Amino acid sequence: MQAFIIRRLLAVIPTLLFTSVIVFASIRLIPGDVVDLMLAQNDISTGTDRAVIEAALGLDKPIYEQYFIWVANALQGDFGYSLWQNTPVAEQLAVTLPITFELGFLALIVALTVAIPIGIYSAMKQDTPGDYITRSFSLLMLAIPSFWLGTLVMVFPSVWWRWAPPLQYTPFFEDPLGNLAHMLVPAVLLGLSLSAVTMRMTRTMMLEVLRQDYIRTARAKGLHENLIIFRHALRNCLIPVVTLIGLQAPLLIGGAVILEQIFVVPGMGLMLLEAVFQRDYPVVTGVFLIVGVSILLINLMVDLTYGFLDPKVRH
Amino acid sequence: MSPLLAISDLSVTFVTERGQVQALDGVSLSLNAGETLAVVGESGSGKSVTALSILGLLGDSGSVSNGSIEFDGEDLTKVSVQRLREIRGNQIAFIFQEPMSSLNPVLTIGTQVAEPIWLHHKKSWSEAFEQAGELLQRVAIPDAVKRLEDYPHQFSGGMRQRVMIAMALACQPKLIIADEPTTALDVTVQAQILSLLKNLTKEANSSLILITHDLGVVARYADKVAVMYGGRVVETAYATELYKNPQHPYTEGLMASIPKLDGDPGSTLYTIEGQPPDLSNLPSGCSFNPRCPHAQDKCTMTKPTLAEVAPNHKRACFGYER
Repeated sequence: MQAFIIRRLLAVIPTLLFTSVIVFASIRLIPGDVVDLMLAQNDISTGTDRAVIEAALGLDKPIYEQYFIWVANALQGDFGYSLWQNTPVAEQLAVTLPITFELGFLALIVALTVAIPIGIYSAMKQDTPGDYITRSFSLLMLAIPSFWLGTLVMVFPSVWWRWAPPLQYTPFFEDPLGNLAHMLVPAVLLGLSLSAVTMRMTRTMMLEVLRQDYIRTARAKGLHENLIIFRHALRNCLIPVVTLIGLQAPLLIGGAVILEQIFVVPGMGLMLLEAVFQRDYPVVTGVFLIVGVSILLINLMVDLTYGFLDPKVRH
Repeated sequence: MSPLLAISDLSVTFVTERGQVQALDGVSLSLNAGETLAVVGESGSGKSVTALSILGLLGDSGSVSNGSIEFDGEDLTKVSVQRLREIRGNQIAFIFQEPMSSLNPVLTIGTQVAEPIWLHHKKSWSEAFEQAGELLQRVAIPDAVKRLEDYPHQFSGGMRQRVMIAMALACQPKLIIADEPTTALDVTVQAQILSLLKNLTKEANSSLILITHDLGVVARYADKVAVMYGGRVVETAYATELYKNPQHPYTEGLMASIPKLDGDPGSTLYTIEGQPPDLSNLPSGCSFNPRCPHAQDKCTMTKPTLAEVAPNHKRACFGYER
């Protein structure tokens, strides 16, 4: 098992290198660079100032040199300074990252607590009204973008009942309840959209597993249907479901960015959006790198979960 | 003495996309305590369906449409699901054809063998595990106790079938049903597994229903034989009697198609002409008539019923001159 983890961690390195190149290059490929924006905002339009600003920001060096400097610093945990605020990117990330992770984590919990039990229920009641209702609901959740649903949740309750979801962010450790009250609505919306696919997958896999020979063996032993589901079928059924959750991790973070914007959650999403508009290279690359690393880590965790679920992987 | 198991006039229908298919048509079988009954027939003859219907394991698409399955004084076609669960694994145990897929890949062997003991004998898991270790020893798995913690993929096919046998024996059932237990195994382990099964059922004084298409197996292990064709029993007799004096042309054909040690090495093996019948489109009259070398006009019109031709020897055939 240890060797397995080490091998998996080593495999992360080339992926991460590749990610860093793409992240570094892509933000610079967007038309309109940061110096243009600064010049426009400050209404300075002469060529000499441009060179001065570039030099001050370190953008005058050849691009590959900039990349190596950035990588060397990032390896030491230094993501550079924001080009606009002149604050360390690492410090900003330390504030915003946990907020986004909290949102993503809550959404994942919502998704799993909705998707897995309903998926199992739907499989057990195959082709009954209950199955049709839950399947239609999941299709609906799949079809409706979470930002649209988010906007509806913002608008309609306030029109109908003069109630709006709380939009005041309070840090979790100051006021856990207030924090959860604020996070709940975006987390549920994000979780529901994630749960749609997971639920259908759970249902399909459960039906597939229930047709297997070993389930017939379990029935021939005289086990009650509930024990067959939870002891004999569930773990087999979850193996592909876990893969799916791993694949959806990027969606989770992407969705969080949008919902943070709607529900005014001061997470990485808001930070990223501003930084992209301002072409704040170190902030954008810093955020993307962290997102990349987290997705790689999530997939590593998925692989480790296989080990727990599937003895063939363990041995 | 009343038999342990008496199936009478059992009919089973399956609902398929092509409509209803009658998989069993009036099957009658009986088995006394301690006896071994071999059910022989080609694929699709209804032997597995007969076995599955005893434990109510036909699934959602199959159902018993007629007849009764009398086991130890109870009609299993009429008892509640709850009662059926008490019988499954406890009084009647099943060994399936596919040892590779019949064990749960994510549960340890110990858990799977101990489970019926935990369930039916209401033992604690640690006691059940202890018994599971003894069971694995009885089916001659080396290092039995150590291997309780292992998973199915760490066992070979033959070893897995030993595990299945251990699992079936766990609650000392009165009846064990083995559905082609060696078909998926190497020829070299087939004989070992069958001898083991036979000896252990004898020790436990359990009855055994052995489903097979191998008449060689029947001769060595069975007391009684039922030959099935097209969802019906066409001949039943004691094994020795059946070999000496087969009465149904289908049984004769099966016998003739066994290679013989003293036969001419160059000779072609006898085969029964034609294909096994399509259950959704059975020929009228005796379903064997299109393949029967002795078929008469009568055979295409009326279904022959199972009737005694000698003591304890029944066949479903109008008879013919040999």
